[in-house]
Amino acid sequence: MAVLEIRDLTHYFGGLCALSHLNITLEPGTLTGLIGPNGAGKTTVFNLVSGFYRPSRGEIRFAGRNIAGLKPHQVTALGVARTFQNIRLWKDLTVLDNIRIAQHHRLGYGFADAVLRTRRFRRREAEIDAYARELLEVLELDHVAGELPKNLPYGLQRKVELARALSVEPKLLLLDEPAAGLNTADVEELIRHIRWIRDRFDVTIWMIEHHMDVVMELCSHITVIDFGETIASGTPEEIRTNPAVIQAYLGDDEI
Amino acid sequence: MSSQPTSVAVRPDGTAARPTAFQRWSVPALTLAGLAVLLWVGQSGALTKYTQTVIMFMAVNVIVSASLNLVNGYMGEFSCGHGGFMAVGAYVSSVLGVLLFAKDRVFGPPLLPPEWALVGFPLIVLVGGLAAALAGLLVAIPSFRTRGDYLAIITIAANYIVISAVENLDVIGGSRGFMGMKRVVKAMGRAWDLPWMLLWSFGFAVFTLWILRRFVYSTYGKGVMAICQDEVAAEIMSVNTNRMKVAAFMLSSGLAGVAGGLFAHIVGYVNPGSFGILKSTEALVMVYLGGMGSLSGSVLSAVLFTLLLEALRPLQIIKWIVVPLLLILLMQFRPEGILGNRELADVFPGLRRFFRFK
Repeated sequence: MAVLEIRDLTHYFGGLCALSHLNITLEPGTLTGLIGPNGAGKTTVFNLVSGFYRPSRGEIRFAGRNIAGLKPHQVTALGVARTFQNIRLWKDLTVLDNIRIAQHHRLGYGFADAVLRTRRFRRREAEIDAYARELLEVLELDHVAGELPKNLPYGLQRKVELARALSVEPKLLLLDEPAAGLNTADVEELIRHIRWIRDRFDVTIWMIEHHMDVVMELCSHITVIDFGETIASGTPEEIRTNPAVIQAYLGDDEI
Repeated sequence: MSSQPTSVAVRPDGTAARPTAFQRWSVPALTLAGLAVLLWVGQSGALTKYTQTVIMFMAVNVIVSASLNLVNGYMGEFSCGHGGFMAVGAYVSSVLGVLLFAKDRVFGPPLLPPEWALVGFPLIVLVGGLAAALAGLLVAIPSFRTRGDYLAIITIAANYIVISAVENLDVIGGSRGFMGMKRVVKAMGRAWDLPWMLLWSFGFAVFTLWILRRFVYSTYGKGVMAICQDEVAAEIMSVNTNRMKVAAFMLSSGLAGVAGGLFAHIVGYVNPGSFGILKSTEALVMVYLGGMGSLSGSVLSAVLFTLLLEALRPLQIIKWIVVPLLLILLMQFRPEGILGNRELADVFPGLRRFFRFK
């Protein structure tokens, strides 16, 4: 079964049509790209999938279940995690806490347990802590576990945000411009890193990216949207030579 | 996942530390010592009744500022109706206490033997807290959609609603106020001659800090700090932000209700005017004086603020010029408050060797 199946997804902001009739199917374990010029509606798509907006029309099926209209935390609990275009870590909580809090959907205890420190609370806190530490170790971030994100260099912050998304234990990972603000060396590392994450964590990845080399290198399938319309969809080679895409990116010569 | 047993006592630097026996028992021992000192103070008459009252007000203010700090400091919302919740707690526990344990002109003879007040008193204070927590639920709901200035206005409105409601309820005295709580306190003293109000004020203050500390330092409660720092990220990273807000608001207002109940029994008389916007402002001043997101800061500022108010008492009405002036100076020169988002143990890391408060 497809991990994500989007059918006829349409969204209006007031009278403005931000997205119209988007159709996408993501097969398990694939790396898919979503590209388009600025303001094309890419982030809107992610906001719709993660439950931040309720779609005006259409269906979003995650693992066969329609998730349109669920709240963001409910969507995340089902196994959809994401990162943000501009990093949105909790900057005054330690990296370790950032990872721990993102396990909120499977805490398994409540207010009374926390206050009374029941056995269940102690067991679950120990497990949450052990999980967070192991995740940081696997991602080679254990040396910054006690740091505040605001004191970390930009590239590391991106990695921490990715780690936080992975601590949700997602089946689908949405990456919103993971390469934004990175230098060439970092970008090459990121490409290796993303591929490794997909294999290591067995997760389906859907990414928005402006760095064409990243998208062309990583993605097996790419969708291009412009002004909310799907203008092309196919393999990197098909996209590279598609006249509609070239026109959208380079502009129309005719006046 | 690996099930290797890890200590829950994990320090921010990432090292897991198993507390020593001294660290484990120093806080409970100190609490007991505090109770013993108060017991001695109350029995021996070493301190005047006035000084004892000031100590009790300190305890009440610790509860008020620490509980408001949960919402205004840890969660970063701006609630300014804390006085309203105190009023709910004060009136519910007072009426309940007088109804059950004291003879009253309106309510008639007590429903229960007065000596039961010994056990009943903490219960009626907690019931008052529970009622205030339910009132807090009403404030939590608008906080789902709005924050900042608008939420501040809504909470002020809630404060006024409570006050006007009480003023218009003639059964409980309306704007004249309600009394009879002294008889409840006396009933406790007759059953067993101890300085009950001193002990309970101190006990509830410790209880408040204990419950808040445990809440805020669990992964569950840290959701509140995540909301403060980035609400969108919190919601997307699986924190049920609406539920967390309800929990925080209810806990905060419930504890304010406990403070109100204690206040009413210390003074022996309540009137809606005591819980107006001035009371809420005092609570805000204490939170910002101590430092947002710092429990030890709240304790420190509550103690200092109580002393300050008493020291300025001879100035009478001019007091309310001096206190706001101090607030302005504070905002000008130390906007983060005395401790500013840190606990005492963060400022003096050496203290960690001596205690652990969890």
